[in-house]
Amino acid sequence: MSVAIRASGLTKVFGKTVAVDHVSFEVREKEIFGFLGPNGAGKTTTTRMLTGVIPPDAGTATILGHDICSRPLQAKQEFGVVPETSNAYTDLSAWQNMMLMAELYGVPRDLAGERASGLLDMVGLLPRKDQKVAAYSKGMKQRLILAMALVHDPRLLFLDEPTGGLDVGSTRMILSLLRDLNRNGTTIFLTTHNMEEANRLCHRVGIIRAGKMVAIDAPERLKAAIGRVHKIEVSFDREVPAGALGRLEGVLGAERTGDKWQLTAENRDAAIRALVAFSREIGAEIITLNTPAPTLDDAFLRLTREEPP
Amino acid sequence: MNPAGFSAQARRALAIAKKDIRIYYMKGPVLIFGIFMPVFLFLSFLMGGRGLPLPFLVSGLVGMTLFFTATAVSPAIFPWEGQAKTLERLVSCPVTVGTIVFGDMIASFLFGVGVSLVTVFIGLALGVPLLHGAILLAAIVIASLCFSAVGMLLAVPPTNTPSNIMMLSALVKFPLVFISGIFLPLEQMPPAGLALSVLSPLTYCTDLVRYSFSGDHFFPVWVDFAALVVFSLAFCALTVVLHKKTLPERM
Repeated sequence: MSVAIRASGLTKVFGKTVAVDHVSFEVREKEIFGFLGPNGAGKTTTTRMLTGVIPPDAGTATILGHDICSRPLQAKQEFGVVPETSNAYTDLSAWQNMMLMAELYGVPRDLAGERASGLLDMVGLLPRKDQKVAAYSKGMKQRLILAMALVHDPRLLFLDEPTGGLDVGSTRMILSLLRDLNRNGTTIFLTTHNMEEANRLCHRVGIIRAGKMVAIDAPERLKAAIGRVHKIEVSFDREVPAGALGRLEGVLGAERTGDKWQLTAENRDAAIRALVAFSREIGAEIITLNTPAPTLDDAFLRLTREEPP
Repeated sequence: MNPAGFSAQARRALAIAKKDIRIYYMKGPVLIFGIFMPVFLFLSFLMGGRGLPLPFLVSGLVGMTLFFTATAVSPAIFPWEGQAKTLERLVSCPVTVGTIVFGDMIASFLFGVGVSLVTVFIGLALGVPLLHGAILLAAIVIASLCFSAVGMLLAVPPTNTPSNIMMLSALVKFPLVFISGIFLPLEQMPPAGLALSVLSPLTYCTDLVRYSFSGDHFFPVWVDFAALVVFSLAFCALTVVLHKKTLPERM
C-alpha cells in the first residue's frame, strides 16, 4: 500500500518552546489514522505543518508524493482540511462558501454546482443553502466545513477535532460520513481527544506527548501492549474478606467498588482458578465474573504519563 | 490542471476578490464612509473662504477619495481574517501568498475606481469641465492600483487586532493627504513640504487629476505616470515579500 503522508523529523519551535520535536511517521493510503495526544502535546502544530499553514523549522513532509515545503500548491490541491475552529465565512451563505472553495481549488463551474448540491444534501444543509452561515448552529457549521473540504473530491482529508462540542446527532452524522468516505478510498488523518471515536474509527493511531511521538500502532495492538496487568471484576452472593482476596495466587491487589471487587492480576488464568477455588472453600456463589480488556483510554493514559523514552 | 500556473492563480485571486467585495465592501457604512468623508472635507475647504478655484478643489476631492477608498478596507482584511480563522482556511488552499494579496488588492482597486468615479460625476455636476478624460481615467486606474498596494502594505504587521492596524493606517494616511497638494497647491508649498510631497504617490495622482480638470500641473504628465508606475511596482513587490514573511506569525 502506498504512502499518503510521510513526516520526517518535523520540528517546530516557538520561542524557547519545542512544540514538535523531530516527529516522524507514515500514513498509508486509504487508511484512517488517528492522531492523539493531551492538550498542548503538538497535535495541531503538527497538522498545521502537514497542511502547509505554518512552515517547519526542521524536517520535511510529503503529501501524496508532493513535498509540502517545496511543492505546496500541488500538495494542497490533493487534500481537504477541516480545521479545529469552524472557519466558514459567516457573512456568506453555505452555497457561496461552497462556490468559493470550488473556485479556490479550480473546480470547473458546472461541476462545482453539481458537487456542492450533492455535498450539501449529504450533510443535510441543502434546504438552507442560501442562508447566511452566521445563523447556523455549531453542528451545522461543522457539517458545512466538512462539505467545503470535500468540494474538490480530495484523496486525503485532514480533520482536527471534527466532533468537538457537537451534539450526538451531528457527531454520528460526521463519523458515518467519514466511514463512507474511507470506504470509497479517501485517506483520513484525524486529530482527536476522543478515545472512543479513535477506537471505533481508526485503523492505526499515533500518540504524541510533549512534541514527541510515543507510539504508533493499531488500537487493539496498543491496548494489548499495555495489558501486562489484567483487571478482573467479580461479585459474590455474600460478604467475603478483603484480605483473603488480595492473597490469592496471581492476584496483585483487590479493591471494593460498590457490590463488586476489582482485582488486578499479573496472571489472569491463575487468578481466576484461585478465585473459583476460594469461592468453593468459603461456600460463596460467584454472581458475575468479568475480565475487561484495557481500553484505548488506558493505553493513552499510560503512554502519555510515562517518562520520555 | 497545474495549480501553480499563472492562469490558475489569477482565477483564484479573482475568487478572493469576489469574496472580499461581498463580505467587506458591499456594506452601507463602508460605501457611505468612502464617499462622505472626502465630500465633507471638500465642503469644509470650499466654504473655508480661501478662494481656491473649484477645479483645484474637485481635483483634490477625486484624489483624496481614491486614496481613502482604495486604502479603507484592505489593511484590515488580514487581521479580520486572522481573528476569524478564515485566513487559515485560505492558507490551507492551493493559493500562494501573492494570490491572497493580489485578491485583496483587486477588491480594493475596484472599490477605489468605482467610488472615485462617483466624485468625478459630482465635479462634473458642479460645472467643472473635464479637459482630459483619457488621462483622468488612466490616472485613476494606475493610482488605484498603487493605493491598493499601499493598503496591503499597511496590513503587513502580523497582528490579528484590526483596531491596531486601523490606527497605524490613520497615522500614515492623514499626513500623506496634507503633503500631497490636495489642500495647498504644490506651487505654494515651502521647499521642505515640496521635498516631502515628491515621496508621496498621492502627489502624482492629484497632479494628474488637476491636469485633467484644469489643464494646470506641477510635474510633466509623463513624470506623474512614471512615478505612479514605479511606486505601484515597488509597493506590489514589497507587500508580497513582507506578507510572505509575516503570514506564518498570524497563524
